[in-house]
Amino acid sequence: MQHTLDARGLSCPQPVLLAIQAMRSAESEDLKILVDNEASQENVARAAVSQGWSVQVQAVANGEYTLTCKKS
Amino acid sequence: MSQKLKNVFATTGGIIAVGTIIGVAAALLQQAGNPANMAICVACFGRDIAGAIGLHRAAVVQYLRPEILGFVLGSFGAALMVKEFKPSGGSSPLIRFVLGIIAMIGALVFLGCPWRVILRLAGGDGNALFGLAGLVTGVWIGTLFFKQGFTLGRSQPQSVSAGLMLPLIMVGLLVLRVLFPPIPGEAQSGVLWYSLQGPGSSFAPLGISLAAGLGIGFLAQRSRFCTMGAIRDVLLFNQWYLMFGFLALLVSALGVNIILGQFHPGFEAQPIAHTMWFWNFSGMLMAGLAFALAGGCPGRQLFMSGEGNSAAGLFVLGSLVGAALAHNFGLASTAQGIGPHGMAAVIIGMIILLGIGVTHCKK
Repeated sequence: MQHTLDARGLSCPQPVLLAIQAMRSAESEDLKILVDNEASQENVARAAVSQGWSVQVQAVANGEYTLTCKKS
Repeated sequence: MSQKLKNVFATTGGIIAVGTIIGVAAALLQQAGNPANMAICVACFGRDIAGAIGLHRAAVVQYLRPEILGFVLGSFGAALMVKEFKPSGGSSPLIRFVLGIIAMIGALVFLGCPWRVILRLAGGDGNALFGLAGLVTGVWIGTLFFKQGFTLGRSQPQSVSAGLMLPLIMVGLLVLRVLFPPIPGEAQSGVLWYSLQGPGSSFAPLGISLAAGLGIGFLAQRSRFCTMGAIRDVLLFNQWYLMFGFLALLVSALGVNIILGQFHPGFEAQPIAHTMWFWNFSGMLMAGLAFALAGGCPGRQLFMSGEGNSAAGLFVLGSLVGAALAHNFGLASTAQGIGPHGMAAVIIGMIILLGIGVTHCKK
């Protein structure tokens, strides 16, 4: 089941902290993370890779991004 | 399609390049006339700007530093170019204003922002080791709050004019600097105040300062360079990306200082520094905690302001007010030691910060 994490409007380090928390909670192997700025997108993607997850970044409207993360 | 291109500055190589460039620029700015071991200090330069516009009247620290204006405008330009200019705000504005005040007071007890901690180390100033230890400790306390769910709340999209406000204030200051340039031997030029002696009287030519500020603002916006974030990310999740920039700044400034003969190791009689180790530590601890809670070092707050982030803009304005309070109330240190009310300021500031921390934790 895909879990969605809305980190829009949050500033660093909160999106990364929430993402790592969600990745460490075993229930979700498939995680969708919403962020609303490029810096958060880069930081979350970097953190996900360091946690051993694969990341696909998709730019959506208004400078927002959807990161689809999968445990690899 | 340019947005699909990877941001080359936000890579390990990119952040190291940016840190190195800032370090070299700092050493060269010092050669060009900026104060020793203070070639670029966001806290000191903010304090000088507060003096230049008369918010405080400490005669030795009054100069409208073009570097600071350049930081915001360079970041603004970069953000416009890559379509990252995004007016937002509304995340605990008054708290951020107060964090700016307290951060500046703490930095002026130590005598420098985190950038100057690095530059002072690179100049051989051993007292900065205590500042660095304080900074790390303050940020570490901040990470404890983050682990307890600390948040200042979400920001919302805002109007374009809200996002333009701080860049426009900087344009306004730049206009003043051009209209009322320094006149040799005069403490006043039009509405601006100038220092006749002391650190405020040491400055590089306008063009060099502004160009360096714009360039660094541009690069820092692209790479997210942040000294507080560097320490925080290592402590919080062992993420070294920003730390590489921090270390690159130290190494390059040290290297250039050695080459230019600007490296003078020791504790006594260091430029614009005092030797009261406990207060060097405590001042920077307080500043470090305030930066952590606000989500960025003073430099990063300027760059985020350029991106249209009015939460960061409030921190910046708070820091100008903090500088004014620090000098008007005798909280700021001098080369002789801490100000008459520096101790009280650190104690009260820490109580306020801990209160802000505790009341914004979700867990």
